[in-house]
Amino acid sequence: MVQTMINNELKPLRVVEKQFKVNENFQTNSKASVFYANNFNLWYGEHHALKDIQFNVQENEVTAIIGPSGCGKSTFIKALNRMVELVPSVKINGEILYRGRNIFAADYAVEELRTKVGMVFQKPNPFPKSIYDNVAYGPRIHGIKNKKILDEIVERSLRGAAIWDEVKDRLHHNAYGLSGGQQQRICIARCLAIEPDVILMDEPTSALDPISTLKVEDLIQDLKKNYSIIIVTHNMQQAARISDKTVFFLNGEVVEFDITDRIFSTPRDQRTEDYISGRFG
Amino acid sequence: MTKYIDDTVVMKRMQSRLRKNKIWKMIFFLATSFALLTLVVLIVRIICQGAGYINWDFFNNFGSRFPEKAGVKAALIGSICMMLVVAPTSIILGVATAIYLEEYAKNNRFNDFIRTNISNLAGVPSIVFGLLGLTIFVRMFGLGKSILAAGLTMSLLILPVIIVAAQEAIRAVPKEQREASYGMGATKWQTITRVVLPSAIPGILTGSILALSRAIGETAPLVVIGIPVIIHFLPTGLLSEFTALPMQIYDWAKRPQEAFQYVAAAGIIVLMIVLVLMNSIAVLIRNKFQKRY
Ligand SMILES: Nc1ncnc2c1ncn2[C@@H]1O[C@H](COP(=O)(O)OP(=O)(O)OP(=O)(O)O)[C@@H](O)[C@H]1O
Ligand SMILES: [Mg+2]
Repeated sequence: MVQTMINNELKPLRVVEKQFKVNENFQTNSKASVFYANNFNLWYGEHHALKDIQFNVQENEVTAIIGPSGCGKSTFIKALNRMVELVPSVKINGEILYRGRNIFAADYAVEELRTKVGMVFQKPNPFPKSIYDNVAYGPRIHGIKNKKILDEIVERSLRGAAIWDEVKDRLHHNAYGLSGGQQQRICIARCLAIEPDVILMDEPTSALDPISTLKVEDLIQDLKKNYSIIIVTHNMQQAARISDKTVFFLNGEVVEFDITDRIFSTPRDQRTEDYISGRFG
Repeated sequence: MTKYIDDTVVMKRMQSRLRKNKIWKMIFFLATSFALLTLVVLIVRIICQGAGYINWDFFNNFGSRFPEKAGVKAALIGSICMMLVVAPTSIILGVATAIYLEEYAKNNRFNDFIRTNISNLAGVPSIVFGLLGLTIFVRMFGLGKSILAAGLTMSLLILPVIIVAAQEAIRAVPKEQREASYGMGATKWQTITRVVLPSAIPGILTGSILALSRAIGETAPLVVIGIPVIIHFLPTGLLSEFTALPMQIYDWAKRPQEAFQYVAAAGIIVLMIVLVLMNSIAVLIRNKFQKRY
């Protein structure tokens, strides 16, 4: 972790030529910026996994990250809540601003960042505890002990994740007894319970059946009103259906970033067009 | 397309493959039976010899020159008292070390060195630990041949086993669960106490109880420390002298009178009952935790 900080200070910010095509006009609306990646680089040991990433994520939008396997989508999304730091060999350079503050700055406590930036993982990963204890986990670690408040947070989060009706009669049963799709929505509820500002989702529906997938997608549409969402997906239709902006990653670089409709109708880079039309990846 | 797998050849080979499978199954079964048979013979022999001496007097008498008057009272209570020192010392130290090594220690040379050496320590003969206990606890700290000195020595002896078992249990907690906890802004300590340890406790307990069973049966370190055999009083505190079951059994077994062989067998039965009880407690605790998690 210490390495990360030091590395970050080494390289002065330099203005890179834009190697990727960003439509400068589409960000001029009034929405505030949530995340801003500024010349962000990341290495796993010698492997340069993210190269000069630069783009802006705005409030109350769904931003989809697409790209072929191994292009660095998960790495990028895990950099946003500094989860990458769990890998000892990781080195970074450049900065990522969350609401104007560099998250890799030495005085930014990672615990603070992660209460603002929640994450839903690819594989549902509930704790082997009751549904209630799963959802109450976040509030509890942040010091809430009052049973009444916890009850309310749990109910609100489960409703928010569109699973309250399915589980309200068995809140104290083990979450492992639920189906995969239900478990994933419990994980979303668990994430909502820390009252985050941004929700990161790494292929949240890849382990789910079509019906559960639809439920989660509807849910994302709903959540967008109150949260900013960044979602990694391999499913082009899904990206097209649920996202406002789409960013296309290739070999650790941002190739194109634009309004979703435009990416899918009139991509400006040949590689984007090849990818979304299924010609490679 | 050429077909490499010819169905007729496959069918022809099938018989010999199945036969081979059966033969190996038999070999493995025989290996298991051998161990099982030895165990059964051992237990039956000991029960036949010793069962006659197991009665209330046997539990209520101190050691004696006369086989019919000899009892395990001092040894049984002594062993239990010693375990009351060994269990908390070794489990607390062992689990704390395992948590440090698995969760906090960075992967550098020094920590690799420690990890390797802890595994090596598990293989050091128990008599060497006895010498260590004699030098440090009995002489240097002046604890004498006390329960405390013996208990600490035994703790050192089983510490590596507990550490390794706890490390394995902690490592077996899925990465995804730690990630989920960290992802919500939990600190390392919160993640350890609320996610890692609850999942790891069944494994830690199983390993610990096995190690404790070893401590209760070990004789060599006690011999080296110089624990007496014949004691006609019950321990009064951590620093009082005592004797332990394996010492008592060893003493009986080496006496010339034939009757003492049967007394020794009776002592072994008592020791085995204690072991079975400890293992059942382990199973009970494990089941309780597995139900909750
Ligand atoms: N822990 C790690 N250590 C070393 N290299 C890693 C590690 N994690 C990922 N990488 C490498 O970084 C690159 C990007 O990986 P990443 O997981 O971000 O890809 P991805 O775009 O999410 O792929 P997928 O769509 O298959 O999930 C890959 O080349 C991968 O091999
Ligand atoms: Mg991925």
